[in-house]
Amino acid sequence: MNPVQKAPGFFVGVRAPRAGFILSETMTVTVLLFASYADALGRSAIELDVAPGSTVRDILGTLLAMPGGDRLPPRPLVAVNREYASAATTLQGGEEVAVIPPVAGG
Amino acid sequence: MRVALVDSPIDVSSLISEVSGDSCGATSVFLGRVRNVNDGRSVTGIEYSAYRSMAEREMNAIVREAAERFGVSRLIVEHRLGALGLGDVSVAIVAAHPHRAPALDAMRFAIEQLKRRVPIWKLELYVDGTREWVGSGIGNRREPSEAGQMGIETPDVVATRTQ
Repeated sequence: MNPVQKAPGFFVGVRAPRAGFILSETMTVTVLLFASYADALGRSAIELDVAPGSTVRDILGTLLAMPGGDRLPPRPLVAVNREYASAATTLQGGEEVAVIPPVAGG
Repeated sequence: MRVALVDSPIDVSSLISEVSGDSCGATSVFLGRVRNVNDGRSVTGIEYSAYRSMAEREMNAIVREAAERFGVSRLIVEHRLGALGLGDVSVAIVAAHPHRAPALDAMRFAIEQLKRRVPIWKLELYVDGTREWVGSGIGNRREPSEAGQMGIETPDVVATRTQ
């Protein structure tokens, strides 16, 4: 069997069980909100159940769709486990995802 | 090197004593204080809040970077949180070194980086009884180019959320 024929079979073989896993499992992340963003959503912490493989971008999409979320800028700064992180960052579950308003120390 | 978020008044003279040594010919001090006007509005006070664990982490990173860049290990950064009145010291940066240039450079570096990176926020209180988050992303939205100028390495947050 040459690789061209093998590839479709391999793909179909793993696809079904993996899709089942994704549908049946969720993971939890803790979202922290501060200052003006906490005011906008009316709370400072939210536990979110999300699908495995979710990214920071997915979390932001969920937040922006919540009541008051339309008051957040479309692309806020985010920190994952206390480090600035990109929207493409993939989450493993259990992380602390902080949405950071423009900082104003000093 | 030491950083702290404090809830009580910053004792500047004790910081100077702590950081100085017989080998240090120079001690530089920066104090940030609550001023009475911002953007033309009369201010009566500021409430400072922070994402404490991340703020401490960033402040520690800043003093480590200052030590590497300028060879200044005698460096203290303290930021006060809570309700402050006019004239109160909100932040103190104290750097000591045998010579003035590294002490001045490290102090300047530390305050500039603090203002860019450390997750601390100001809620300004005005004489008319209103209050507002300073630089809030709400009603005062930060454009992507501006976020880039902050020097925070999160290009994807800015660049890819449009998809």
